[in-house]
Amino acid sequence: MPQFRMTGRGLWITALIVPPLCFVALFIVYPIISAFAYAFFDWQGLKRLDFVGLENFHTVLFVEPYRSWTLNAFKNNIIVFFALMVLQNGLGFILAYALWRELPGARFHRIAVFLPVVLSTIIVAYLFKLFYHPLFGVVNISLKSIGLGEWAQPWLGQSGTALWSIIAAQAWHMVGFPTLVFLAGMQRIPSEILDAVRMETESEWVKITKIVWPLVAPSATIVFTLLFVGAFNWFELPYIMGGLDGSPFGSTDVLGLYFYRTAFGNVSAGQQDFGLGSALAVLIFIFIAAIAAVITTRLRAREIQL
Amino acid sequence: MKTIVRAGTLLSALLVAAPAFAQDLTFWSWRQEDRAAYEQFIDTFEAANPGITVKFETFEATNYNTILSTALAGGTGPDVMMVRAYGGLENVAVAGYLEELTTDSVPALANFAEPALAAESVRADGKIYAVPFASQTQLVIYNSKIFADNGIEEPQTWDDLMAASQKLKDAGIIPFANGTATAWQNETVTFGLGSSLMGKAFYDELMAGTADFTDARFTSALASVNELAQDYFPDGFIGLDYPSAQQLFSSGMAAMFVGGSYELATFKAQNPDIEMGVFAAPGKTAEDAKLVGLYFDGGYAVNAASPNKEAAITFVNYLASPEFGQAFANTLNNISTIPGVTFDNPLLAEVNDLNKSSIPYLMLAHFRYGEPSGSVLIQGEMQKLFSGETTPEAIGEALTTGLAAWYEPFKK
Repeated sequence: MPQFRMTGRGLWITALIVPPLCFVALFIVYPIISAFAYAFFDWQGLKRLDFVGLENFHTVLFVEPYRSWTLNAFKNNIIVFFALMVLQNGLGFILAYALWRELPGARFHRIAVFLPVVLSTIIVAYLFKLFYHPLFGVVNISLKSIGLGEWAQPWLGQSGTALWSIIAAQAWHMVGFPTLVFLAGMQRIPSEILDAVRMETESEWVKITKIVWPLVAPSATIVFTLLFVGAFNWFELPYIMGGLDGSPFGSTDVLGLYFYRTAFGNVSAGQQDFGLGSALAVLIFIFIAAIAAVITTRLRAREIQL
Repeated sequence: MKTIVRAGTLLSALLVAAPAFAQDLTFWSWRQEDRAAYEQFIDTFEAANPGITVKFETFEATNYNTILSTALAGGTGPDVMMVRAYGGLENVAVAGYLEELTTDSVPALANFAEPALAAESVRADGKIYAVPFASQTQLVIYNSKIFADNGIEEPQTWDDLMAASQKLKDAGIIPFANGTATAWQNETVTFGLGSSLMGKAFYDELMAGTADFTDARFTSALASVNELAQDYFPDGFIGLDYPSAQQLFSSGMAAMFVGGSYELATFKAQNPDIEMGVFAAPGKTAEDAKLVGLYFDGGYAVNAASPNKEAAITFVNYLASPEFGQAFANTLNNISTIPGVTFDNPLLAEVNDLNKSSIPYLMLAHFRYGEPSGSVLIQGEMQKLFSGETTPEAIGEALTTGLAAWYEPFKK
């Protein structure tokens, strides 16, 4: 029988590994597993009743009114994802390229572009809420002062403009992040390659499409994946700017708000259901994990080792 | 470990020699703004009940339900707590976290008005779980100086109200400050303005199950509310949020505000010089009863698992006493539900008078017990109506079919 002896070294390693393992198990693994478990029970308020199998999942996906709420929130998340892909990542790439090319004032702009990222989300949300104010907001007042008064809108009050207004605030807030990641990627491109291109062509377009874009693929993988996860977990801005109900009438509702309302209730609903909420959380988790895995492997495949 | 020892000691002390031992109660509330007043009430209580100390703790109002539910489920809840009314109460009470209150444990409950107690009872068994603390009234608040300057009287008919609004608009004053970008404000506006138009007969028939929301009395009221809002709410009111609307009124830029009686204290705090009056939004004719929308805010409940239950009940008895009710009304400028309380503040006295002719604030009192709740439905549907994306008749249909998911009388 092999003898297990606690040597000084083994004791040290055990002593150092066990506390963090316990920590992870207690605060990460256990909550995730319990959320999974909650989803399979019927709840009355906070009281756990019977095991109901997949019924909660069935309810949120197929039973009215949950079905249309789920679909509406999911649809909005998809809009947010694609809109931010263009406004945040697309713009971020262009900004990064401009900064990398060291256009005049690049040092100043590098800081200016990244500055909003440092601001707290709450501050950004309130700031934009003021900008969009129908009576005193800077957006409407500017439009009126340049003679475009009929373009002045109650931005956050109309189903057609509310979500886009919040998306614009989000893009302004976070555009610095993809910019920074892309810029770092561009700065890693070896100068020999760039010199070689210069021998062939003067066209910026060719340089971007044939050299820069393929070579910043690792950066793209990171920002695309993070944007995907962020867009489907979006909560703070719509919560502050649209409210927990996704006002007006669900136009700014996203899965995060919908989950929160369902699990914890809100003042107007008076109902809270951990089972349905957990089922939603599990579905969101599985969806994000699955798609993020696909995105990551697909994008990894096109990365080029330098 | 320390807390277990302490709880154990307290528990045994309770069993052996209850009155002799000092007891610490925790008392949770969402009224952060009332902290100073509650500290004062607690001092009065502690002076009269040596041996019991009460620790007042407050949490942010919008997350209070979540925090309380989580704490109760985890066994770390307070001894005494504020709970919501109606469906919000049922969430915690049905789960068994609250101690049932009876006229034996809290004798003063026998004098409370029936609707107040109903708000703090569970519908299924009719048991009372909390001492109701305040009623709120949905009505129209006006700036009396602006009314006097423009020679406007409190309107007696809906047409009077429209005419007065037009007069104010012509004078360059925003007639109503309200905005509807904040979802719950839609419900306030609808019933604060529309209760008299809907009428008591509609309410009674709705409760009896002989009418539903497709009723013409209800849909025509919505149409009138929408008409008024389009003409006399601020430009772009559908994008105007609640705090901005409050500011428009308290700064004197707007003459009226459709809202709850709880706004009076806020407006006074925002602008101490403002002079206000209140009226019930009128019906079509002067003969129609002028009705306000009345509801109960919440109550004081005892944790069923509290180790200091006896002291907690003593404290709740104090919270149900006329002495406390009077102090509550005087200090917090709220309508106490405790019978026999009088009001120094003439506005509160007026609100209390208006309460005599009221119907319950409909969705909160009766339609927040299932998903989708009547409140969530009406809020979203009114936002659609205000932006021209639906009609009053379609709203009546949407409410009735939506609520039929759980409201028995609407199931066909």
